[in-house]
Formats: sequence, structure tokens, C-alpha cells
Amino acid sequence: MPSFELNGRTYETDEDGYLINLSDWNEEVAAYVAKQENVDMSENHWEVVNFLREYYEEYKIAPMIRILTKAIGKKLGKDKGNTKYLYDLYPGGPAKQACKIAGLPKPTGCV
Amino acid sequence: MAHDHEVPELLDDIKTPALKPGSMGHLAPYPATEKHMKPLGFPEARVPDWEKRAVEKMGEMLKKYRSLQVYMDICVKCGACTDKCHYFLGTGDPNNMPVQRAELMRSVYRRYFTVGGRMFPGLVKARDFDEETLKQWFTYYHQCSQCRRCSVFCPYGIDTAEISMAAREIMDAIGVGHKYTAEIVNKVHDIGNNLGIPKPALSGTLQFLEDDMLENTGHEIKLPLDQEGAEVLLITPSADFFSEPHIQSLMGYAKVFHQAGISYTISSYASEAANFGMFIGSFEQKKKIAKRVAEQARALKVKRIVVGECGHAWRVAYSFWNTLNGPFDYLDPRYPVPQHICEFTHDLIQKGALTFDKEANDAYVVTMHDSCNVARASRMGSHPGGQFTIPRDLIRATCNHFVDMDEDTIHEKTLCCGGGGGLLTDELMDLRIKGAMPRVTALKRVMDEHKVNFLALICAICKAQFNKILPMYGIPMDTVGGVHQLVSNAIQLGTNKGIV
Repeated sequence: MPSFELNGRTYETDEDGYLINLSDWNEEVAAYVAKQENVDMSENHWEVVNFLREYYEEYKIAPMIRILTKAIGKKLGKDKGNTKYLYDLYPGGPAKQACKIAGLPKPTGCV
Repeated sequence: MAHDHEVPELLDDIKTPALKPGSMGHLAPYPATEKHMKPLGFPEARVPDWEKRAVEKMGEMLKKYRSLQVYMDICVKCGACTDKCHYFLGTGDPNNMPVQRAELMRSVYRRYFTVGGRMFPGLVKARDFDEETLKQWFTYYHQCSQCRRCSVFCPYGIDTAEISMAAREIMDAIGVGHKYTAEIVNKVHDIGNNLGIPKPALSGTLQFLEDDMLENTGHEIKLPLDQEGAEVLLITPSADFFSEPHIQSLMGYAKVFHQAGISYTISSYASEAANFGMFIGSFEQKKKIAKRVAEQARALKVKRIVVGECGHAWRVAYSFWNTLNGPFDYLDPRYPVPQHICEFTHDLIQKGALTFDKEANDAYVVTMHDSCNVARASRMGSHPGGQFTIPRDLIRATCNHFVDMDEDTIHEKTLCCGGGGGLLTDELMDLRIKGAMPRVTALKRVMDEHKVNFLALICAICKAQFNKILPMYGIPMDTVGGVHQLVSNAIQLGTNKGIV
């Protein structure tokens, strides 16, 4: 099983670096994964991560992208509530890259 | 995750590449583990006597599927297929020539099932099913998207897709599975769809989209869930509930139902049109996945089943549903079982139930990508070639500007998106990029010559693949979208409502 070490702890991941145990996640882990992904975490990046985690906690799945864009638009201003802005934040895609940093499992299927 | 993939340079035309033997030999998908193999009834890991078991399985399949036996025997190595596979065109690896891909199995077939191969394997180039052979099978049978373009050009009609499905079935039988497809099949059994969207999430998502449509159109367009007694059961890929641009088409379907005044429902239990059982060649899995649809059609007492924009789902529905879980004699016999959403919308247009404001799509010059499983493995409507004309009729009914790509790259000769057949997984990104090159070349040509800026299609895999790959070739991701996205943009709501 692939893994990474951070501050003396070992974190198990899948082959693509997604955390196996959701409960392993903390902000340090997120910052570490973001760094691996070459994503420089700003406050706005954290808003996305926090929303993804809240949504996942309730629904056990990442949100449809449109739900995410609308929520971000509400929080950060309407000009930021669109897919393009999310890709500006997370060039690897809001569904895959942002989920990875948020400690969510990788979305499967035709995505 | 690495983002520094090498992207082929696009030429003016699709050219046969120089051979690069073994150049893709390193790229195999992630293997499935016990967690995903065991629940599907496959051995949880590679079995100790795997060589023997694989040969036994192959023997059973040769008896059961006469087509496979024919495909093993009949190839005359004429070479007609060699430059027809998009993965060969994109990679130059000779093992991605259809004839050579099949030879990986034929050489094993000769070794164990022909007299010459049993007695003089060296003379007839017969191979043992050994470690090296298995490695090549796992690699190259996961570099085939089962698109069947090669079979169009084969004078004997040898179906490489069926050979690759058989290879995957044999490998599953010895405990060597593919993680992406195995994980997804499990999700359908456990939750009802490929993405693993549970009912509360699905319900919330549909509610969100209803609110969104009300806000944008002023009309109360419904996306009903689990409504017993609805006229139509809509079976659509779960990506339609999750991704862009898929959602746009889902809203298009909803607007069509709304405007026609036909009641319909989505099912949380059968919330998936896709059937990855086909990709792994498993009749049992295919049947079990499709059974959810038949059960829900009965339980919800619908009269018709309509299938959304999903290529291989349409193949399974159109070609196999009746064999797998039929007869569907409890549905209304006046309508085809199943009916494609394009056919459904097309019929309504013929009846005058829908009107369009084509100018709503005037920003687009549209071209159509025929998805492989729709184009070559099914039909649509009551006329031969309906799978080509019906979606194009819908585009022409909703857009002022349409142009086709080169004739060698459309209709039954269409080029695969590069992500079908269970290969839409990130570890195969290098293959997906290279395999898309022929299609992107044809697209780029109409973009340059006719200012095309919208690639319309009817497959969830193609949408996801192009969404990811086109930007790598410098083409904006929103260039790709569904046919019903165009319908959604142009449909006039509130006029002549409920004419049928």
C-alpha cells in the first residue's frame, strides 16, 4: 500500500495519492498534498476544501460541480462562482485535485 | 499526480506512424485487489495454478462463443487493420495494431488448441501462457478501447473488441483484474451507480438543478426521482448527475419531457445507464447490472424506458437488454424497448411538440463526434443509419451552423475518443492523450477550415475524455458538450405545451 510520512506519522494512500482513511485528514496533511500537487493554498483554496469536506460529511460523495461553483460563488463573490475559477484554483480539476487535497476518495466513473 | 505528459504534435492529416516496438509496454492499469475482486466472484488474487486455469477458461470460452473460435482461426494477416486503431496511430507500438493485439491471444490459442502448436510450437509461433505473456495481455488488452473500428475494415469482420473482452474475462478468472472497472462494478452493486452517489445526494442534486432551471428559465422543470406510475423511466449515466458538461444534457432531457408533457422518473436504485460488465467481458456482471433497470421498470410501473447520452450503455441496452433480462412485455408495445433519448426527442419534433430558437446556439459552429458503441454496435430509430442521422437532425433542428468532419473519421469509420472500454482512468493518461490524437487531428481541421467551436456527442465517456484531453491540445474544454445541451439551449418553453 503506498503511503507518505509527515511529522513522524505514516499516511496510507491509494496509488494516486488519495488518502485511504478519511479520518487521517488534517490541515497539515492537506497542505502537504497540495504542495505535492504544486497548488499554493490561499484562503480561497481552503474555502473549496472546507466546502467539499462539509458536503462529503453529509452526503458521502463529492458534490456535483455546479453545486460547488454556486457555493463558492456565494462565499467568495459571484464572479468566482464558475468552473473557470475553480480550474484557476485547481488546474488538475476541482473534482479530482481538490478532492485529493480535501482528503476525499477519488471520484470514479465517467468523470 | 504528474501533469507533464507528452502531447503529440498535430499534423494536417492522420498519418501512419513509424513503428516504435514496445514503446507502450510499460503502461498497464492498476491491478484490482481482493477488496474489489472477491465480491464479483473472481479469485481475490492470482491463483497458484493460473497458467492451467487460464487455458481451461479459454477452452470453455471457445466452446461457448463460436465467434471467438472463428476469430482465432480465420485471420489471414492481410494487414487491412494495421493502421486503423487510434492507439496504434497515436503510439506507433505494433502491439497496438489490431492484428498484433489479437496475435497475443492467437499465439496462445495455437499452443494449446491446435495440433501444430501442441507438437511444434516454435514452427507455428505458438506461445506458452507464461509470466511474460500474461504481462503483455494485461498491458495491451488494456490498451484497446473496444471501439471496433478495426472490424469495419477487416474483410472477415474480426471483432477485436470481443477478443479483448475475452482476454479480460480470462484474466479475471485467474484473479488478475483491472482496478478501475472492478471498483466501479462494485459501486453499482453496492450503491446503484458508477460514481457511488447515494439516494440523499442524488435527491439533493436533482432538487438543486430544478431550482437552477427555475431561476434561469422561469419554468418549473422537474427531475422526478422514484415516482411510481410515471410514463417513462429515464436511465442515464451517473456522470449526468455530477460532471460538466454532462449535467447540461440532463437539463436538456428534463426540458424535453417538460415541454412534451410526458411524465417520467429517474430511479435511485437504477441510477446508472453505464454497464462496465461489458468492458470486462463478463456476461454475469453485465446481466446483474442491467437487472436493476428491468426490476425498476416493473416496480415503478412505467410504460417506456428511455436511455440518456451514454455510448456503451446504449449498446448494452439496444443489443443485449432483451437477452439479459427480457422479455420486456410489461412495457407499452407501441414504443421501442429501449428508446434512445435522441430518438425520443426526434419523434417529438416530428410530431410538432417541440419548437426551437436556433439563434440561441448561434455562437456555435457545431460538428458531431460519433461515439463508437452507438456508431458501430447499435442502431437508433426505424431506419438503417439512424444512429448517425437522428443526432445530426437534432443538431440541425437546434443550430444554424453545422459541419461534419472528414468522412473517414465519422459514421461507422468514427475514431474513438481514446478513453472508452474501461480506459478512462488517470494512470493510462499517456495512452488516452496519444489515442485521442487522430480524432483531435480531424477536429482541428474543421476548427481551422470552418471555425468549428463545438464538438457535440452522445456519450458520457467521450465527454469526460475530451473535457480532459482537448485542453492538452490547446482546445478549450467547453468545446465539448452533449447533443441535448444544444437542445437545452434552444428549446422554447411554454409554447404548444403538451401537444402529444
